[in-house]
Amino acid sequence: MSAIAHESYAADTRPAGSRQPTGFGMVLYRAKKSFGSPTPYLMMFGIGLWLFAYWLLCEALSLPRFEKIPGPITILTDWLSASPNQGTSIYTPDYYQHIYVSCRRILVAFLLATALGVPLGLLMGWSRKVKEYTFPLFETLRPIPIMAWVPLAILMFAGYETPVIFLATLASFFATTLNTMLGVQSIDESYFRAAGCLGSRKRDVFWHVVVPGAMPYIFTGLQISIGVAWFSLVAAEMVSGDYGLGYLILSSYVNSVTVPMVIGMLTLGFVGWFSSAIVRFIGDRLMQWHVKALAMQGR
Amino acid sequence: MRPQDFSSGAVATKGAISIRNVTKIYDPDGAQVMAVDNCSMDIAPGEVCMIVGPSGCGKTTLLNAIAGFHSITEGEIILDGVTLCSPKQPLAGQSADRIVVFQNGALFPWKTLAENVAYGPMVQRRWPKAECLERARTALKEAGLGAVVDKYPGEVSSGMARRAEIVRALINDPKVLLLDEPYRAMDALTKQIMHEALLEMYDRTKVTIYFITHDLEEAIFLGDKVYVMTTRPCRVKKVIDINLPRPRDYTTLTTEAFRLLVKEADEAVHEEALKAFKAGEREMA
Repeated sequence: MSAIAHESYAADTRPAGSRQPTGFGMVLYRAKKSFGSPTPYLMMFGIGLWLFAYWLLCEALSLPRFEKIPGPITILTDWLSASPNQGTSIYTPDYYQHIYVSCRRILVAFLLATALGVPLGLLMGWSRKVKEYTFPLFETLRPIPIMAWVPLAILMFAGYETPVIFLATLASFFATTLNTMLGVQSIDESYFRAAGCLGSRKRDVFWHVVVPGAMPYIFTGLQISIGVAWFSLVAAEMVSGDYGLGYLILSSYVNSVTVPMVIGMLTLGFVGWFSSAIVRFIGDRLMQWHVKALAMQGR
Repeated sequence: MRPQDFSSGAVATKGAISIRNVTKIYDPDGAQVMAVDNCSMDIAPGEVCMIVGPSGCGKTTLLNAIAGFHSITEGEIILDGVTLCSPKQPLAGQSADRIVVFQNGALFPWKTLAENVAYGPMVQRRWPKAECLERARTALKEAGLGAVVDKYPGEVSSGMARRAEIVRALINDPKVLLLDEPYRAMDALTKQIMHEALLEMYDRTKVTIYFITHDLEEAIFLGDKVYVMTTRPCRVKKVIDINLPRPRDYTTLTTEAFRLLVKEADEAVHEEALKAFKAGEREMA
């Protein structure tokens, strides 16, 4: 046989004795490498600088317009205190009830929106007919700000829970559907042609080209969608709610307790960040090909 | 260095393409553009047919008609006695007996090389799924890609990816392999390796090859026949028989016979290229 065909192409180019770390070793290796670079120190310094500025404005100098805002030390002492002055801390069960209720609503809304939005978006991107039926209506409803739906939601659904979930689902649904549709449309025509040449039925094209090809866009869409879900959830909880972080923020304001208000805001920040991270993690897990291709490009 | 033991390769029995008086008129916004004009070719089973012509002349239009991506306006295309397309049925059905290797590569980036190669037999239910994968691995190994079977296309070089794409096509045992400038973006050294690999795979399978290229040396090195096409509308200007003995390798490139063929083809191509340039047509394909 010819020499070229049987040569091994993955010649070992590593120096003798070196091995790429795997698993936990890889985590340690990355951590070690990261602490050898200026990035983590700059990050810590940056956060410190912001906190210092915040403290200076609100507590040390108490400048006009800032004097009513609780400073970082006030917040932190109350947040971590077993008997908080303003009623909300990591020791009060109510605090966790708010977090739990909001997270539960987000989970339901996000799953509902994904379950509806992804299939609809895939069909809209794949079939011209489905798109022609649905897209005009979709594009008319999508720009309506979620707050404009609030009265309708309250009229349509009874109680506190369903209107709030409805509003969060709606916002999330639009983002997911649109991105999924764009994802399908972004797939290079040659993949469809290649699939056709190789003897695919329509079903095969759907499962082997449309779904995986749209995946990167779908997960970008899901990241956006979980963000807007939080956004509209908090807005809805402020209007109609009995529990939840949005409710905590607004009711604290109404009762003139500013510390729980800021605690609610910061908690939203953390929980929102964490939920996005979960979506990103699942995305990376499902799309190893994408992660690896990006890594090859040095990203 | 290169033992000559593959001269006993397969014998071609299938893949006769007959292109009869094919005309294709594109009609974007009512502006009738004739891409192919009354073009006829007869490609014998197992022939390596190289199509050379100016950019945007309609070579790809013919390939698309054979593959079933585009319809034709007039004429007919016949594969092994079966009419693929004619005015009655202008668009040929897509099937795994004609497989295209694309200009920019179309391995599915979300499948590993082995999964890519196994895809065709899998959706055609040729063998059970596990066997498809097993055979895909074997085929990749035979093509010298054993070390990267489980890598994604984004992780391997473009040369390896293109070679895997040809393996993905050949595992289906197609009648015709349609290549649309597959090595266009490669450097000369990689190209040479790709050529030898393709010839080796050809010698094993004797599949009919319809290969579009701009590169004359590539055309003569690989082909049995070189079709020089006119500038748009596309017609056959000249057919050059390449009688260089097979198997060929890079030493062929320096023989006198090879040089003479290049010269002959160059004259025909140059004339058309000049015409195309003067017409000032923007490149379409």
